Amino acid sequence: MPDEKPEHHHEHSEHELRAEALETLLTEKGLVTADAIDGIIRLFEEDIGPMNGAKVVARAWCDDGFRARLLDDATAAIGELDVTMLPEAPIVVVPNEPGVHNVVVCTLCSCYPSGLLGISPKWYKDPAYRSRVVREPRRVLSEMGLDLAPELEVRVWDSSAELRYMVLPARPEGCEDWDEARLAGLVTRDSMIGTALPRDPSEAT
Amino acid sequence: MDGIHDMGGLQGFGRVPREAEGGPFHEAWEGRVHGLTYALFGQGMLNIDAFRHAIEKLPPRSYLELPYYAKWARAVEALMVAAGVLDPGEVEARLAGRSTPPTVVEPPEGSQPAGFLRNVADAPRFAPGDEVRVRNLHPSGHTRMPSYVREKRGTVVRAHGAYVLPDTNAHGRGECPEYVYAVRFSARELWGDAAEASAPVTVDLFDHYLAPA
Repeated sequence: MPDEKPEHHHEHSEHELRAEALETLLTEKGLVTADAIDGIIRLFEEDIGPMNGAKVVARAWCDDGFRARLLDDATAAIGELDVTMLPEAPIVVVPNEPGVHNVVVCTLCSCYPSGLLGISPKWYKDPAYRSRVVREPRRVLSEMGLDLAPELEVRVWDSSAELRYMVLPARPEGCEDWDEARLAGLVTRDSMIGTALPRDPSEAT
Repeated sequence: MDGIHDMGGLQGFGRVPREAEGGPFHEAWEGRVHGLTYALFGQGMLNIDAFRHAIEKLPPRSYLELPYYAKWARAVEALMVAAGVLDPGEVEARLAGRSTPPTVVEPPEGSQPAGFLRNVADAPRFAPGDEVRVRNLHPSGHTRMPSYVREKRGTVVRAHGAYVLPDTNAHGRGECPEYVYAVRFSARELWGDAAEASAPVTVDLFDHYLAPA
């Protein structure tokens, strides 16, 4: 969505022009091709994104053996499914369980399981999220609309090395007889970061 | 380096901004910078650790004010200048409408093996359950030790295997792989009396950042 504040238009066009000049120079020097760049953009716009993580979560909700393999070696387990995943850093899946809620951050930069979940949301890269969620996770999550019971332990994972964390949310109640494809529709991007829960089955179509 | 990028625990940034759901890139130029950067990674023209460090080395004001993908573009530009692919000021010249003669550059061959996991001969120093203390390190270059865990005591919860060490790899000083451990710190250990209840933080830390507690 374009920025609606008019005072930002000039700034954005300046960054855009500079990025364009950089791309043109590197293309002229034969280091990259426009086709290669287009291909990467298309990959992230079409094939890689939260829908792939949702398939992984739905399978884990339906298949205990897969869930166990996912928690043991997520990269290998995800390879069993028909989802596009870039071979980036290994993925580590941390499960929400009775008494435990997990949330993921990268305080030093913006590490995110983008090979599976695609481009991270803007707020994930924002100083407010990066600085605060390690220090006051309950308050930050509450501000984002997720109030956690005091008796829940909130485990924050700071992705500081070449491993990417993803939350396995708990299966909501009220979808016991749903198939995998329908279950995947409950799994949001934010529920795999840990800043939200999956959609309520009674409100999902 | 103790820089503005090391944000864990800083105060004063306010509420986390909300955003509407939409496509992965908010503006077309952001996608192009993403594609350009990934293409350069794919060809071995960029090293992820040097790239992160180039962003950290932006002046603190720029770091806070520039849009995310503008920082990526600045980092790519700085590293291409450092590699001799671009002349200093070449992007400005192009922006001013002056063309520079295109010089075709040969991409390097097989600069580094794929991925970051490596085999090391020694056994890991720590195992899950071990108590550790983060050392009082203040390197001037790149590091992946967030300052908020410095000198804090925690418990190893997972041993991840050995990885390329960003602290050396960012500076062209070799891969020097080390074991990485997920270390859990209690909120009280990190934030004292201001800590929220039952809110531990787990951080992935390289072997040399740690000492036995």
